[in-house]
Amino acid sequence: MTEIAAARLKKRHAAEGRFRLYGRMAIIVALSFLVLLLGRIGIQGYSTFTTNTVSLPVYLDPARIDPADLEGSNFDYVVALSLLKRMGETEDEFGSASDDAMALVSRDLGFQILDKVKADATLIGKTVTITGPVKADADLYYKGELKRSTDEADRKLNDRQLDWLDRLKKSGAVTSGFNVAFFTNADSTEPEQAGILGAVIGSAMMLLVTALIAVPMGVMAAVWLEEFAPKNRWTDLIEVNINNLAAVPSIVYGLLGLAVFINWFGAPRGAAVTGGMVLALMALPTVIIATRSALKAVPPSIREAAWGVGASRTQTVFHHVLPQAMPGVMTGAILSLAHALGETAPLLMIGMIAFNPGLPEGFTSSASVLPVQVFIWENASERAFHERTAAAIVVLLVFMIAMNAAAVILRRRFERRW
Amino acid sequence: MVAPMTVQSPLIRTAAPHSHHPVSLEPSKIVVRDVSVFYGAKQALDSVSIDIPGKAVTAFIGPSGCGKSTFLRCINRMNDTIPGCRVEGAVEIDGEDVNDKAIDPVVLRAKVGMVFQKPNPFPKSIFENVAYGPRIHGISSSKSELEGIVEASLKKAGLWAEVSDRLGAPGTSLSGGQQQRLVIARAIAVNPEIILMDEPCSALDPIATARIEELIDDLRQQFCIVIVTHSMAQAARVSQRTAFFHMGRLIESGSTEEIFTNPRESRTQDYITGRIG
Ligand SMILES: Nc1ncnc2c1ncn2[C@@H]1O[C@H](COP(=O)(O)OP(=O)(O)OP(=O)(O)O)[C@@H](O)[C@H]1O
Ligand SMILES: [Mg+2]
Repeated sequence: MTEIAAARLKKRHAAEGRFRLYGRMAIIVALSFLVLLLGRIGIQGYSTFTTNTVSLPVYLDPARIDPADLEGSNFDYVVALSLLKRMGETEDEFGSASDDAMALVSRDLGFQILDKVKADATLIGKTVTITGPVKADADLYYKGELKRSTDEADRKLNDRQLDWLDRLKKSGAVTSGFNVAFFTNADSTEPEQAGILGAVIGSAMMLLVTALIAVPMGVMAAVWLEEFAPKNRWTDLIEVNINNLAAVPSIVYGLLGLAVFINWFGAPRGAAVTGGMVLALMALPTVIIATRSALKAVPPSIREAAWGVGASRTQTVFHHVLPQAMPGVMTGAILSLAHALGETAPLLMIGMIAFNPGLPEGFTSSASVLPVQVFIWENASERAFHERTAAAIVVLLVFMIAMNAAAVILRRRFERRW
Repeated sequence: MVAPMTVQSPLIRTAAPHSHHPVSLEPSKIVVRDVSVFYGAKQALDSVSIDIPGKAVTAFIGPSGCGKSTFLRCINRMNDTIPGCRVEGAVEIDGEDVNDKAIDPVVLRAKVGMVFQKPNPFPKSIFENVAYGPRIHGISSSKSELEGIVEASLKKAGLWAEVSDRLGAPGTSLSGGQQQRLVIARAIAVNPEIILMDEPCSALDPIATARIEELIDDLRQQFCIVIVTHSMAQAARVSQRTAFFHMGRLIESGSTEEIFTNPRESRTQDYITGRIG
């Protein structure tokens, strides 16, 4: 008898031990994937957060700059010639030397000269020192991602260009530093000048629209369903459908936005307001469900107490129940907004994939958003853009972590238990 | 309309009329006639009729599930808030039917305060708990007047001495007995005429219970109090009149002394002596 009991006990312990082991293994696997993912993104993104800039004295050759037609002058060529001179080279008859030189420094230097000369025409004929980014391929070489050991035919830069880059670096003209431009520029056709700011602002604007629509509407709908609606077949039907809507694939909302908002209401294509409306539709069921469960969690005794002293239904809800449910409502709203922030597919449907070289001008003008920016860069043919992808993902993740942190903080604040 | 209590309309339909007991001449505060309550298809109360006097404590006793709380909730229309609950019959306060279309339950509930089984202060400060009722009913016109009402209500509820120095503290930080007195103060603050109490002491220890009982005895001077209790001793101590419910029916009601010493119904006798319950 006791032996059987002991054996059973042993078996039970073994089962428990096994179960714990499985649990730990699952956690370890999940965590290692997370570390792998974040590590990879972090390492890749990190290299984008530094960049190489070059300082070059540029001789503003009056023979090549037409003061009457500054916009028509080829300043890139002027910069290239100065670079060649510094390397002790001269232009050859095919212009290939200057082509090689032009492929090393960003066109940003040429634009800087244009601005300078526009402001002060007397600079023509003098030598000015210009600082700007190196071209993305040169940057990759400095970061060791483009290697000399690769066959010359297979790399973007030839041996001569690599020699020049080495010499520039040795002479101290090239310095490595924090990539400020990445955070202050919008997208660009030149990878070294492409930045994330346009997408950050676009995402923020779009989220604002989403929040302004989805949160009040979702909370009100939930309050009505939970506190006021009669419990009958119609409200049951509504409830079931809201739960179903939360599971509808997001691309369907994109199609809906395209068909209803753009083609029917004439909402602007690819604008923050349109994207915000589509994402608001998508976030609405989640906000409603989160709010309802927060309202359900408020003890009924609070409602009875309020009714007992003669508070109306509305007063009961807005003075007691909703404030009590606020932490849950806030958390639900912010998490569904964070989810909306990372949404890509529906935005592609409504034309948010356009190339936007400037910051968004307003809610109704074309804008880029973070996840779509990631998508665009990852699809770009130039390798230098791919590096930006990881950096953009890091920014997106930071954005999300900030939102989640806000949710936690708000929850703590409202939760001040009485 | 139901005529004020006269001899031809018997007090208790289910029980034999009190022929030997003289009918009080003071009109009853609450007159209930033929009240039946249904939760969906289930009948919880079966044509209850009773007269409840003002400025006295009436105790409802009876076994669990007999419909005491349900009946109490008819008086301030709290049953309205329960989905599927249907009330038939007439409940009149000072001759006015509470179920009349013209009666706003919000106003009614200010007149008929309620204290629940479990203390349920709002998750707000002690001051706010008491001030909430006067505020939503627009009873006070200034801050100092409101403070006066709060102080007076807390004093009447016998809580002032214990909380006067921490009115800003959360109501839920008080002990169970203090919370229950806070809830009574909250009910008093809106100047009710009637206070309904549903087992107000069942979650309290004997000392806190004794304090509440004292308080109920004090409040009787000003309010019509109806209390549901499972404690025979409590009913005997605090009430002047007692009504015994059994399986959705009012079996008998009368002066507390009479019910406890000389009940007419055997079921009452059985319940009081602990044979059913
Ligand atoms: N919300 C409700 N929905 C359905 N049935 C209910 C509801 N509330 C009460 N009942 C039923 O009505 C009957 C009377 O309930 P009530 O709560 O009035 O009893 P009670 O006398 O107060 O009991 P107790 O002494 O246990 O509090 C019970 O049979 C109960 O099951
Ligand atoms: Mg009860």
